[in-house]
Amino acid sequence: MTPRTIDSDAVATIVGQYDARPEMLVQILQRIVQQHGWISDAVIRQLAGELNLSRADVHGVVEYYHDFRTEPPGEHIVKICQAEACQAMGSRELTEHANRVVDQDTTLEPVYCLGNCACAPAVMVDGHTLGRVSTERFDAALAAMRGADS
Amino acid sequence: MSTIKVYVPRETSSVSVGANEVAVAIAREAGNAGASIELVRNGSWGASWLEPLVEVEVGEQRIAYGNVDADDVPGLFAAGFLEGGEHDRRLGPVGEIPYLVTQDRWTFWRVGLVESLSLDDFLLHQGFKALQKAWEIGADAVIDAVMEAGLRGRGGAGFPTGIKWRTVADAEGDQKYIACNADEGDSGTFSDRMLMEGDPFGLIESMAIAGFAVGANKGYIYLRSEYPLTHMILTRAIETAREAGWLGENIQGSGFDFDIELHLGAGSYVCGEETAMLESLEGKKGIVRYKPPLPAIEGLFGKPTAVNNVVTLASVPNIVNLGGERYSDMGVNRSKGTLAFQLAGNVKRGGLVEKSFGITVRELIEEYGGGTASGRPVKAVQIGGPLGAYLPAEQLDTPLDYEAFIEIGAMIGHGGIVVFDDTANMAQQARFAMEFCAIESCGKCTPCRIGSTRGVEVIDKIISGEERDENYDLLVELCDTMEDASLCAMGGMTPYPVRSVLKYFAEDFAPSGGAEA
Repeated sequence: MTPRTIDSDAVATIVGQYDARPEMLVQILQRIVQQHGWISDAVIRQLAGELNLSRADVHGVVEYYHDFRTEPPGEHIVKICQAEACQAMGSRELTEHANRVVDQDTTLEPVYCLGNCACAPAVMVDGHTLGRVSTERFDAALAAMRGADS
Repeated sequence: MSTIKVYVPRETSSVSVGANEVAVAIAREAGNAGASIELVRNGSWGASWLEPLVEVEVGEQRIAYGNVDADDVPGLFAAGFLEGGEHDRRLGPVGEIPYLVTQDRWTFWRVGLVESLSLDDFLLHQGFKALQKAWEIGADAVIDAVMEAGLRGRGGAGFPTGIKWRTVADAEGDQKYIACNADEGDSGTFSDRMLMEGDPFGLIESMAIAGFAVGANKGYIYLRSEYPLTHMILTRAIETAREAGWLGENIQGSGFDFDIELHLGAGSYVCGEETAMLESLEGKKGIVRYKPPLPAIEGLFGKPTAVNNVVTLASVPNIVNLGGERYSDMGVNRSKGTLAFQLAGNVKRGGLVEKSFGITVRELIEEYGGGTASGRPVKAVQIGGPLGAYLPAEQLDTPLDYEAFIEIGAMIGHGGIVVFDDTANMAQQARFAMEFCAIESCGKCTPCRIGSTRGVEVIDKIISGEERDENYDLLVELCDTMEDASLCAMGGMTPYPVRSVLKYFAEDFAPSGGAEA
C-alpha cells in the first residue's frame, strides 16, 4: 500500500493551477483529495498561507464538505449509494453485505445519489460508477479492483 | 466496404453496466472481421433499462440492440450485426421504440441523436442557431419569448424564468453572472446529468443565450462531484467550444463576450440550494444565505446573478428558435411545456421520459415504467427527491402539474419519481428523511440542524413503542416547527415525506408494522 503523504510541492502546484485565487479553495481541496485522497493539517496550514486565508477559514471548509476526508483512506475507495432510489432496490442489504466482505485496505463510504437511479443499486469503485449491483456483481467488482493491483 | 457507424453511449448509466467494454469488444470484432467502422459515443436516449443500447446505422435508419453485454458481441457479429441482422438483442429501428417515440422531446431532442463531443455534429443539428437568432432579435425579445413560453425553474422551485431574467437584466451592476446549477442531488433524478453528457454543447449555447439576455459575460457551472464522467465531458466540450471561438471574447465576431468556468461541488446536498451554491462557488462553506437580497440582485460575489438549473437553461434554445407560444401550447394550467421525468428505484423500465405536464403519475409508472422491477404491487412513490412526499397508490392519478401537487401536500421538484414495492417499510423511509436532513443540514438555522436529529430520535421511539401517542404528537409538532421556521427547503420540506408517511402509512409505525418487520 502506498503511503498517503502529500508533499508541499504537489500542493503548491495545484494552488498555482488556480492562480492562488482564494475563491477557488473548494476546487483546490477537491483536486488535492482526488490526487492524494485526503487533507492533512499540514495541507490546511499551507493553503491558508498561500491563499491568504486564516487557518480557521480553510479548516471550516474542509470540515463542511463530505468529500474532504481528514484521515488517509485505504488503497481503494468504495462508495455505496444510500439514497432512496437505491434503497428501493436493496442498497441497505448490499451495504450489509459490503461491510462483511471488504478488507482493511478498502475504505467503504456512504454516498447520497450517484445519478444512476434507473440502474439501482449504484456503487462507485475507485471513481467508476457501477449499476444494477447485485451482491454477486459487487463481489466481482471487488475482485477486479484487487486484480488491478497485481 | 464503406465505413459503418456504430453508436455506443458514453453516459454514466450505460457505462455503469458495461458500455465501454462493449465498445472495446465491437472494435475488436470489427478488426477481426476486416470491417471498417466508426465508433460514435453518443448520449443515452434515456431508455436506461435497455442500456447498454447499441445502434448500427443501416441506410437511413439506426438499428438498436438493447442490454448488450461484451460477451454478446461475437455472436452479434456472427448474426450480421453491422447490417442490422436478426438477434435476440435486436430491438429494431431506434426511432420505433415506443418508450422513446411517444415522448415530447423539446429539451432532450439532441440527446442520444448526436455524438456528444463532436462540435461538427452539434452544428449539423441546429447547434448555435438559437444563439445567432438571439443576436438578431435582441436581448429583450429573448426574455419576452421565455416569458411567453411560461418556462419555470426545473430545479424544483418552479419560479418563472422570464421574470428572473428580467430582474437580472434590469439590475444595476457592472458585472453580472449566469450560474448554472448542476448540483443534481435529489435521489431519483439524473436529467441534468443526461443532458450534460449527451448534449454538452447544447448547455454551453443555452448559457450563452442566458448571458446575452441578461447582460452577463461570465457563466459558472456548479457540477456535483458524484458525476466524474459528466465532468470529463463538460471539460472537453468547454475547451472545444473555446478553441472554435464559441466561447471567449467577441464570439464569432458578434461583439458578444461570454465564457464559462466549471466548478465541482464536494458532496454537500444543500449546495443545490441556490444561495448555498453561490457560497460554494465563492470557495466557502455551502451555508444558506438569508433572502432578500435575491441572487438576481445580489448574487455571486455580490453581483446580479441568474441562477438556473441545467434543464431550465437547455429548454431555452428551442424557445428562441420556435417561439414561446409553441412551448406554452404544451402542458396544463400554469405548468407549461415539458418536464424530463425520471423513473427510478423499483421500476421495470427506468429512465428518462420527457413529456408535457398533465400526464399522471400512474401513466408514467405503468405505461412507461411497466410497473415494479420486482413484479410486486406499488406501495409508495416518492416524487421530487428526499424532500418530496411519499404518495400512496391511491394518489397516483394526480396529474403532474405544479399546483395540483401543492394541493395534495407534495411537490414535483426536479421530476424524479422513485417507486417502492410493498416490501418497503415506510417508517424506515420517514426516519431516513430526518436522518438525511441531519447529515446534510448546513447548520445555520436551528429547526433544521437540531430538529432533524430530534426527529430521528422521536421516530425511533415511536417505532419501538415508547410512549407512542405522545411521541407521535411530538413528531407532528416538530414537523410544524421545521416547516415554519427553517431558512430553506432542507429543513422546511423534510417534514413532507415524514408527514406523508404518518398520513398514509401509519401502520408501518406500529412496533410490528411494515412488511419486513
